[in-house]
Amino acid sequence: MTRSTILAGWLIIVPVLLGACTTPAQAGEVKELRVCGDPNNLPFSNEKLEGIENKIADVIAADLGMTVTYTWWPHQRGLVKRVLNTGRCDVMLGIPKGYDAVLWSKPYYRTGYVLAYRKDRGLKVRSLDDPQLKKLKIGVQVNTPPHDALGQRGIVDNVVGYQLMFDSNFHAEDYPGKLVEDLIAGEVDVALVWGPIAGYFAKKKAAPIEIVLLEDRPESGNRFAFDISMGVKKSNKELKGKLEDALARKHDEIRHILEDFGVPLLPPAEEKAHNKSAP
Amino acid sequence: MWIKSSVVAIIAVFLPVAAHAQGASADDPMSLQADDGQWALPAKNYSATRFSTLNKITPENVKNLKVAWSMSTGTNQGHEGAPLVVGTTMYVHSSYPNHVYAVDLTKEGGTILWKYTPKQDARAVPVACCDLVHRGLNYAKGKILMITLDAQVIALDAKTGKELWKVKNGDPSKGETMTGAGLVVKDKFIVGISGGEFGVRGHVTAYDINSGKKIWRAYSTGPDEELLLAADFNAANPQYGQKGQGTSTWQGDAWKRGGGTTWGWYSYDPTLNLFYYSTGNPGTWNADQRPGDNKWSMTLWARDPDTGMAHWGYQMTPHDSWDYDGVNESILADLTIDGKKVPALVHFDRNGFAYTVNRTNGTLLVAEPFVAVNWAKSIDKKTGRPVEDFSKRTKQGVVTKDICPNAMGGKDQQPAAFSPKTGLFYVPTNNMCMDYEATEVKYTAGAPYVGANVLMKAGPGGQLGELIAWDATTGKKAWGIKEKQPCWSGVLATTTDVVFYGTMDGWFKAIHAKTGKLLWKHKVGSGIIGAPMTFLGPNKKQYVAVYSGVGGWFGAPVSQDLPSNDPYAALGAVGLAYKNGLDKDTTKGGMVYVFELE
Repeated sequence: MTRSTILAGWLIIVPVLLGACTTPAQAGEVKELRVCGDPNNLPFSNEKLEGIENKIADVIAADLGMTVTYTWWPHQRGLVKRVLNTGRCDVMLGIPKGYDAVLWSKPYYRTGYVLAYRKDRGLKVRSLDDPQLKKLKIGVQVNTPPHDALGQRGIVDNVVGYQLMFDSNFHAEDYPGKLVEDLIAGEVDVALVWGPIAGYFAKKKAAPIEIVLLEDRPESGNRFAFDISMGVKKSNKELKGKLEDALARKHDEIRHILEDFGVPLLPPAEEKAHNKSAP
Repeated sequence: MWIKSSVVAIIAVFLPVAAHAQGASADDPMSLQADDGQWALPAKNYSATRFSTLNKITPENVKNLKVAWSMSTGTNQGHEGAPLVVGTTMYVHSSYPNHVYAVDLTKEGGTILWKYTPKQDARAVPVACCDLVHRGLNYAKGKILMITLDAQVIALDAKTGKELWKVKNGDPSKGETMTGAGLVVKDKFIVGISGGEFGVRGHVTAYDINSGKKIWRAYSTGPDEELLLAADFNAANPQYGQKGQGTSTWQGDAWKRGGGTTWGWYSYDPTLNLFYYSTGNPGTWNADQRPGDNKWSMTLWARDPDTGMAHWGYQMTPHDSWDYDGVNESILADLTIDGKKVPALVHFDRNGFAYTVNRTNGTLLVAEPFVAVNWAKSIDKKTGRPVEDFSKRTKQGVVTKDICPNAMGGKDQQPAAFSPKTGLFYVPTNNMCMDYEATEVKYTAGAPYVGANVLMKAGPGGQLGELIAWDATTGKKAWGIKEKQPCWSGVLATTTDVVFYGTMDGWFKAIHAKTGKLLWKHKVGSGIIGAPMTFLGPNKKQYVAVYSGVGGWFGAPVSQDLPSNDPYAALGAVGLAYKNGLDKDTTKGGMVYVFELE
C-alpha cells in the first residue's frame, strides 16, 4: 500500500518536471524519439545525419513534436538484443516487415533487390534466367536472396562474393557500396544488390548504371521485394501506433526523401504478413 | 590384496614428488600428462582419454562422496571444459569475460592466489555463436596459456597471473571469435578459431609459448600452400582427396568464405609426432551456392606440430547441408581390431557416426551410427563417403522434415572418455532430430535477407540425451543411460571402474564402467556442460571436480534468458529447451564444485 503510493507520486512528479523545461507538448508525453542508428552506413544512416533514415527520423519526430536522439550502434547481429531490448533506444528505422525480432510498423515503402550493370556495356539483361548470366562476372552479397537464386540456377563459377556482415565502426573497406563501386569500375559485369544501395551509389557517382528490379517470385523461393517498416521493442505498442500515424501523415515527404536518394520504389504490397506476437 | 594396495599407495605418494624432482623438464605437458595426481592438460593427457588411474574412489565408496568446497566463477553463461590442477594450485576459468583464478589447494576450502581478467573487445559478444563459453586453459613451463572470446592468445605467469605476452589471432568485428582451449605441444600453443556462421575461413595457428611469435598457420580451405599439405598427404588413401582440392571442390572464390573453423578439442601422438583436430561446417549456409565437396570442411586432420604440415585429412561429411560441424574430439587409443593391434583414433561426429581410423594414415576401420541417423544409411569403407538418403538433404525454401540427428549433432562439444581397463568409450550423446522449415525475414546492416528456420525436436523414444558405452572395435553400443535433457557434459573414467558425468538438469553422477549402474548422484546449482576431472590434493586425498553452469547451444535459452515465445531463436534451441522444461530443471550460474570422500 505504502509502496504503490510512493510509486504513484513519482509518476506524477516526473512528467511535470520534464514538461517544465521543454516546449509545446502535453505533460506526460515522451519528448525524444530515441533512434538506434548505424553510425556509418550510407545510404541508410550515419553520424553526420546524412542518410535516408536520418532524414525520415527528423520528419517523423517533428510531426510528433519530438526531437531525435541517437544511440549509435552498427545494425549488426546483437543490435536488437543488446541495444533495442535493453532500452538504450526505442526505434530502428528501415527494417523489413516480418523481421521477427521486433514489433514492426505498417510499412512505409517497398523496394527490392536489383540487377545492375553499366549502360555502356551493351548488355540487356532483364532477369536472372537470362543465359548471359552464366558467363558474366557477377558480384553479389553472400547469403542474400539473389545469391541463393543464382545457386538455384547453377550459376556459381562466375560469382564474386561480397560480405553481407558489415561492422560500420571498423572495416570501412567492406562497406555495402563497394559492390556498386566495383561495378562502376568494371571489376564485375553485373551486380545483384539491395535496391537502395544500388540507387544511391549510382546517383552519387553520376554513373551510367542500368538498374532492373528483380521480379519477386516468393512461391519459387525467389523473394526479392520487401516492405520496409520501423521496428520497436515487442512490448512497445504505443510507440508503434504513434509512428504509424505520423508515417501516414508524412507519406509524401517521405516519398520525396526516398526518391532523392535514388531508392527504386515498388508499389505497396497487399497486406499479408502479421506480427507473430501482436494482434 | 595387501600387496596391491601398498603398491598403489607408494605410487600415489611418490609420483608427484618424482615429477617435482625432475626439475624444468617435469614442468611441460609431456611429463605432466603422465602424473595422475595432477590434471595439467585440458583432456588430462595428449591422447584425450580423460582417464585417470587414481583409485581411492571406488564403486563401493563413491556413495560417500560429498562437496569438499565450491566456488562461484562470477559469470552466468555456460561453463565448458575442466579446471586444471598443477602442483598444489587449481586454475579455474569462466565464461566471458573469461576470468582466471589460481586457487591454493593447501588451504582448506581453497583460497585465491590471483585473479586475472583479460581486457576484451565487446564486439565479440554479439557475434559469438551459441553462448559465451570457454573450453579451458593450458599449462606449460610455469605459464598458463589461454584464449579469449575476442580472439586473443595470452600467456600468464602461473605463479603471479601476470601477463607475459598476448597476440591477436582473429578479428571479432569480422565475426572471428575463440572458444576452444587449444593445446600446447612442445614449445607451441596450437589454437583454432570460431565463427563459421559468418563465413570465417578456418585455421589452426601455432604460437611460440615463450614469445607469442606466430610459427605457422594452416587454413582449412584454399590453395595448398596455405593448407600446408605434406608431400605424402593422403598417400595411403588417395581416394580421400588430394592436393588442389582446397579450391577445386569449391566454385569461384567461395573457399575464401569457406568456414571449416576449428573450435573443438585437440589431441597429440608424441610417437608419430602428429596432432589431431577437425574442422567445422563450410561457410555460406545455402549449400546450392557451393556445389562440390567443399574441402576441407568437416575433416579429421593429422598434422606435424613442428611445421603444421598435414599428412592426412579425411572429410567425413562432404558438401554439408545440415551444420554437422566436424569439430568433436579425437581420442587416441590402441585397440585390437580383427585380432590386430591398431594405433586408433576414435571420433564421435556431430553427423551421428562414430569413426575408428588408423591414426598413422587415416585409414577407415569402423564407421557406425551411435545415435538415430537417417541423413545417410552408412559410410562406404572403401571411399570413406557417406551413402546418403537424398530426401534428407536441406534446400533453401524447401521444407525437409525429420532429419536425424539435428544440427546440434549426435554429440556436440561434450568430450567422451576412454577406459583402457574396460576397453569402452563413454560418450555423452544427444537424441534430437529437426525439421528444416520455411524461411523467415532477417536483417543486417540495412539489407533484408531470408534465412531458414530450424525446428528442433526429440528423437526416437522422446528423451533428449543418453550416455552410452561404445565398443569402437566393432562399432556397437554396449549399454546406455537415457537422460531427459541432452547429455552435454564431458565424461571422466577412472581405473576403479567409476565413470563420472553430469546432466543439463544439474545432476552430477557416478556410474559403474562395466554396467552403467548408477552409484551416486548429487544435484548441483546449475546444469552441467563442463567436463569432470580428478586429482590428488596436497593431503593425498582423491578429489573430483566439475563446473556447473548451464549454457552452450541447447542451454543458451536459460543462460541468456531468451524469451520463450520464439521457438526458432538460438538457432532453434529455444522451442525444444522450453518444451522439455530445461528452465524448470535448472537456473544459470557458474560454479566449480570439488568433491571428496566423507
